[in-house]
Amino acid sequence: MKGNEAMAEAAIRAGCRHFFGYPITPQTEVAAYMSKKMPKIGGTYLQAESEIAAINMVLGAASAGVRAMTSSSSPGISLKTEGISYIAGSDLPCLIVNVERGGPGLGGIQPAQSDYWQATRALGHGDFHVLVFAPSNVQEVVDLVFLAYDLAEKYRMPSLLLSDGLLGQMMEPVSFPDPVEKTAEKPWAACGHQNKRPHNIINSLYLKADQLERTVVERFARYAQVEANEQRCQQYLCDDADYIIVAFGATSRVSQSAVDTLREQGIKAGLLRPVTLWPFPKDAIRAHIPHVKGFLSVEMSMGQMVDDVRLAVEGKAPVGFFGRTGGVIPKPSEVVEAVRKMAGGDR
Amino acid sequence: MPEKLAQCIIVCGHYGAGKTNLTVNLALLAAGAGERVTVVDMDIVNPYFRTADHQGLFLDAGIRLIAPVYANTNLDLPVLPPSVSTAIRSGERVFLDVGGDDDGAVVLGGFSSVLGERGYSMLYVVNRCRELEPDPVQEARLLERISRASRLRPTHLVDNTNLMGETTPRLLERSEEYIREVSRLTGVPVLCQAVEQRLAGQLPAKGKLPVTIYVKPPWEER
Repeated sequence: MKGNEAMAEAAIRAGCRHFFGYPITPQTEVAAYMSKKMPKIGGTYLQAESEIAAINMVLGAASAGVRAMTSSSSPGISLKTEGISYIAGSDLPCLIVNVERGGPGLGGIQPAQSDYWQATRALGHGDFHVLVFAPSNVQEVVDLVFLAYDLAEKYRMPSLLLSDGLLGQMMEPVSFPDPVEKTAEKPWAACGHQNKRPHNIINSLYLKADQLERTVVERFARYAQVEANEQRCQQYLCDDADYIIVAFGATSRVSQSAVDTLREQGIKAGLLRPVTLWPFPKDAIRAHIPHVKGFLSVEMSMGQMVDDVRLAVEGKAPVGFFGRTGGVIPKPSEVVEAVRKMAGGDR
Repeated sequence: MPEKLAQCIIVCGHYGAGKTNLTVNLALLAAGAGERVTVVDMDIVNPYFRTADHQGLFLDAGIRLIAPVYANTNLDLPVLPPSVSTAIRSGERVFLDVGGDDDGAVVLGGFSSVLGERGYSMLYVVNRCRELEPDPVQEARLLERISRASRLRPTHLVDNTNLMGETTPRLLERSEEYIREVSRLTGVPVLCQAVEQRLAGQLPAKGKLPVTIYVKPPWEER
């Protein structure tokens, strides 16, 4: 299946029955698939009048405790950020998808990873975090949709699935987990109290400073649990590596090909692929500091995740960067060259 | 090149059925047999994974590529150059790689009279693994929709069933029944089954077209 279609199908099987979207290349297949499928299964597909409207519909649906979803691509996510901040400020779980394209501005429609900063730091105003998942193949797109919903509900916060134009448009074989029959109880949901309980209020407005501070501090206690428990990554030949490439999503697959070539050339390279971008797998990276000669962050951007690698490494090992941007996908040979350069040229 | 095919070969089918990879293979086969070959990228509905991506390969094989005026510029306007009609009229070997579904086939409608005059073969490409729940009735309906949109009639089915690297001989055997049912429902005969080179030796050769995978993700190109 095509990455975008597999993502939509996965969301349906994960129990999503409320999708609110707005078309934008290269994510439109997600919405198109939902528009065909939702009416057949008693779900709601709604093409909103704008991205801003769509994310606020997600806020409404999530308030009622259902598994809601919206998807867009880079410029559309910028429009959604106000709503995402409100959702985070209301402690609501939901699934937001960004099938990234080149930016800034209208940018281009080819794959990019230049929304890393936005995804991990700037999805709206205020003190908050969003769970960020970065699949690297179509099967993982499917698997992470399920996980994204589960963790969003567990920690009562939004999940962002960060795909890109390549993963969204490419086809790969995929198999689906069994459909989710029952999701977690949501005693906080505003779905009608029927005079059997006090009514639930979903709100992000706290006009008293000490009350808002208390709410945010409580939320950050939850974030600390997330950082302790939910860092995820996959490692390839890292244990004895002199040079570890850190790359996520489509770039990690290019980097894995580069690692194979480097190993053939006698350079001990490895790949550490963050699966969660927030929480960033800093513990796994730190564990390799004693034996590596350097980390190289490979991205389809001018260098954004490299900041997190540096923060994880805390100056205890050299951290380099190689990237292409604007919709250009790095070639394995270019990544090989970047690692060789880091290793001191032709040895 | 199967002898029963006309000089002008149209390749159509579902999004992601493998039209482009089949077109590239057939074009290289024809060029290898010494024919003068033109490939027309007629996909004006999807800017990703398209024939125009393989320009270098075509150049090396002496194949002429005609692509939409704005192909690969991120500005995929539905504009085809006038050389498309000229190529069809030339009487030389021409492949028309059409966009997916009936949406992609609409563009053919504008060429239906010239194609009718010159004669054509129209290959409807099927990958049984493309859909989550393969259904020959739906497949047959799509063929009819493509036929209506293009004002042309598919002349042959090509079984391009694959699960990429996970394709097995067993999977290919199983698709035969499916394609026969599509053929029965539409009245369109089966031309051949495209089989990846690595598997070709494991299956009886009759009715098989061994193919190479040219449409690849960037990490497979070292």
